[in-house]
Amino acid sequence: MILHVENVTKQFGGLTAVDNVTFSLEGGEILGLIGPNGAGKTTLFNCINGVYTPTSGRVVFRDEDITGKRTYDIARRGMARTHQIVRPLNDLTVRENVIVGACYGREGLSLHAATEVAEDVIEFVGLTDRVEMLAGSLNVAQKKRLEMARALAANPYLLLLDEVLAGLNTSEVTSMLDTIRQIRDRGITIIMIEHIMHAIMNLSDRIIVLNYGEMIADGLPDEVAQNPQVIEAYLGDEDLAAKILEEERS
Amino acid sequence: MKRFTGLLLSVLAVIVLAVIPLISGKASTREAMFTILMAIALASSLNMLLGYTGYVSFGHIVFFGVGGYAGFYTLTVLGWNLWLSMLVGGATAALLAYLLGKSILRLRGAYFALATIGVNEAMRALVNNMDFLGGPIGMTMKFSVYNEYGGAANALWLVYWVLSGIALLVVIVSYLVKRSKFGLGLMAIREDEDAAEVMGVRAPSAKTWSYVLSAVFPGLIGMLFFFKNGNIEPGDAFRLHLSIELIVMVMLGGFGTVLGPVLGAGVYQQLRKLLLTSPVFKNIQLAVAGVLLLLIILFIPTGAVGWLRRRFPRLRRVLE
Amino acid sequence: MNLDVLIASAVDGLLIGFVYGVAAMGLTLIFGVMDVINLAHGPLIAIGMFGVYEIFTYVGMNPYLALIIVAVVGLAVGVLVYFVAVHRVIDAPPLSSLLSTFSVNMMIIGVGTAILTTSAYNVDFSLPSLDTGPITVTGTRLAAALIAVGVTALLYAFLYRTRSGKYIRAVANNRQAAELMGIPSTRILALAFGIGTMLAMTAGGLIATILPINILAGGTYELKSFVIVVLGGLGNPLGALVGGLILGLIEGLVPVFMKTTWVPVLEFGLFILILLVMPQGLFGRKES
Repeated sequence: MILHVENVTKQFGGLTAVDNVTFSLEGGEILGLIGPNGAGKTTLFNCINGVYTPTSGRVVFRDEDITGKRTYDIARRGMARTHQIVRPLNDLTVRENVIVGACYGREGLSLHAATEVAEDVIEFVGLTDRVEMLAGSLNVAQKKRLEMARALAANPYLLLLDEVLAGLNTSEVTSMLDTIRQIRDRGITIIMIEHIMHAIMNLSDRIIVLNYGEMIADGLPDEVAQNPQVIEAYLGDEDLAAKILEEERS
Repeated sequence: MKRFTGLLLSVLAVIVLAVIPLISGKASTREAMFTILMAIALASSLNMLLGYTGYVSFGHIVFFGVGGYAGFYTLTVLGWNLWLSMLVGGATAALLAYLLGKSILRLRGAYFALATIGVNEAMRALVNNMDFLGGPIGMTMKFSVYNEYGGAANALWLVYWVLSGIALLVVIVSYLVKRSKFGLGLMAIREDEDAAEVMGVRAPSAKTWSYVLSAVFPGLIGMLFFFKNGNIEPGDAFRLHLSIELIVMVMLGGFGTVLGPVLGAGVYQQLRKLLLTSPVFKNIQLAVAGVLLLLIILFIPTGAVGWLRRRFPRLRRVLE
Repeated sequence: MNLDVLIASAVDGLLIGFVYGVAAMGLTLIFGVMDVINLAHGPLIAIGMFGVYEIFTYVGMNPYLALIIVAVVGLAVGVLVYFVAVHRVIDAPPLSSLLSTFSVNMMIIGVGTAILTTSAYNVDFSLPSLDTGPITVTGTRLAAALIAVGVTALLYAFLYRTRSGKYIRAVANNRQAAELMGIPSTRILALAFGIGTMLAMTAGGLIATILPINILAGGTYELKSFVIVVLGGLGNPLGALVGGLILGLIEGLVPVFMKTTWVPVLEFGLFILILLVMPQGLFGRKES
């Protein structure tokens, strides 16, 4: 078991953003994390990778209790993450960005070794022709790929993807989904936050649904899609509910 | 050899400047070069914190002052020799930076900048009150001390060569850091500290070490400067305006590059000399510097070297 | 320890503390509205000082009336500085505005030192002292404090009772949202900067009525302003006033117990301590 999140709660003053969430994750799985906007998905990610310390509960990563550890310590233990709003290191080149990931990730490589790893990863995500460009000059889709490359260069056991598909057009989405499958095939476990339903339903082995911080479903994509509580949570967003029901019908 | 092309220009510049007085043989040239080389060394040191890590230290001169006082004390009161005293100066500055690193480096942006001003002013006020350091009058060195180094004239040349050596060292260290894994981590912090931490960069300790590195050389140089001066007092040692001028030099030349501070310091000092000797501009030298700074900030924020690197990407390898 | 001496020192300190507060209010207002630390603050205070001095000495006007002129000039100067040095870098990283305002600092000091040299000047003006039995309060000091309080009241009336004031508070709170609601943010920012400068110059003018002045003294008051602003909470004008009082009190009382030269050590020590322990100051920052 690669990750075990146990009764994690995160409160900010009076607001409970994550409410008693528990789930486990086996190595090699792709876990989808969905829920309406503001459900606490990114906050949950933040609790897992150390940006926030949970108000209560535990996070166990590869049999080690990492609750409350700093982000850099967790990163070095083999967890990498992308951000919902991309955070490129603007004044550094694409190559330099990825080298940072390789140097400071799980392997802690030297500059020389990291440069080689970076070349490979950049090729994998398809940014080879932009390798010398400053990260700040890329477009959104490219920045997302860069973010992914940085995370991959660290050779993580677990990869947290926060809405990597947002802002991409249809062909870019298909392309990204392929890439994600390839990442899984390399043996990396993935948790994905996504709003594009057909994508995440198709890709995930399992799905977790959050609503107002609480976990309201945990199961196979088909089960979750038919779960009345889930559908109700999304009823506020009619299109989404319609899509889910339609997927189910077809 | 290819690895060091970026270092070439900077090293060349320092060496050329350093040997000019040898050619002319005059003490006045040496003094002029001393001022420039000192500016280069101080600006380059500051650049390691400001340019690489992105933390703006407005009170950086505090390390110059603290090193100066510590070294001066061991030299004049304890009677230690110049070399040992220099090391004491550097070590004291480094220690202060380490302690500060643990405390004020937690602050971000403007808060950190203000804190560094506070530290400088607090240090100056503190030293002002310390009688064992001479209080407001400071300490004076007996002229006879120069005799231990071959007489005053000889001592001044000695100091000059040592400073040149330090300037060269700072430039080389600056380059090595920039090309190292450590330096890359610093620049990641500069670009986005939180994202860097998520990638595994241990920001708190990296920042502290960059602070220490940026403080050690001013500490050494401070001691050297006041030895040459013959006396030290709080007003001279902790002059806030000098700190700011260092920032101007770094910004003028281009922060985050090795050549930038070298160029910036050189140009700024020359400009300053020109203004001071011109009857028209003599009194408003500071005002002219202010206009210069404003123009840089508004129109070429990456400084001369930064601008050149963007304009001529092919030259990037040489303009490091 | 003479209680009278203690009270007299405390009162003296508090009175000038009000004036410090006004100066700090200018700094904190600008920070609160646009996240810019105005490093030209000190020289602007100095201009206020000399403004009152010059008008008093050469025109013969009552310094308190001269203060009004200085205030109006301060508003204009502030708007000018905004458009010259701040507007273009308002969204750039903080270092840019720190350096651009500092460049204005350098310009003012450079020109000022050339014209006025660094010698001290004195506004030879006095008011009758107030004698309340145990303690005597200098008339000018009391007047300065009262005016400072008045200025604070006017500022708050402006911020909370006028439309422009509301716009300023809106922009301070969330500039983007304010723009979306049709508030002309550039004009408002310029106005805020102008008011901040006006406060600084007014404080300078008030100081001129109490103490000797010189062009570099602005720097000292700038540093005091930093301490006060951090103490009171960056962005909070009332906090600045309270911070000013606290600082004034420290300055008044400390010399009774130890050498005056220890005052700066305490001030800056406190400054660093607050930054480390309670960076939001006593009154915290307004939510952004």
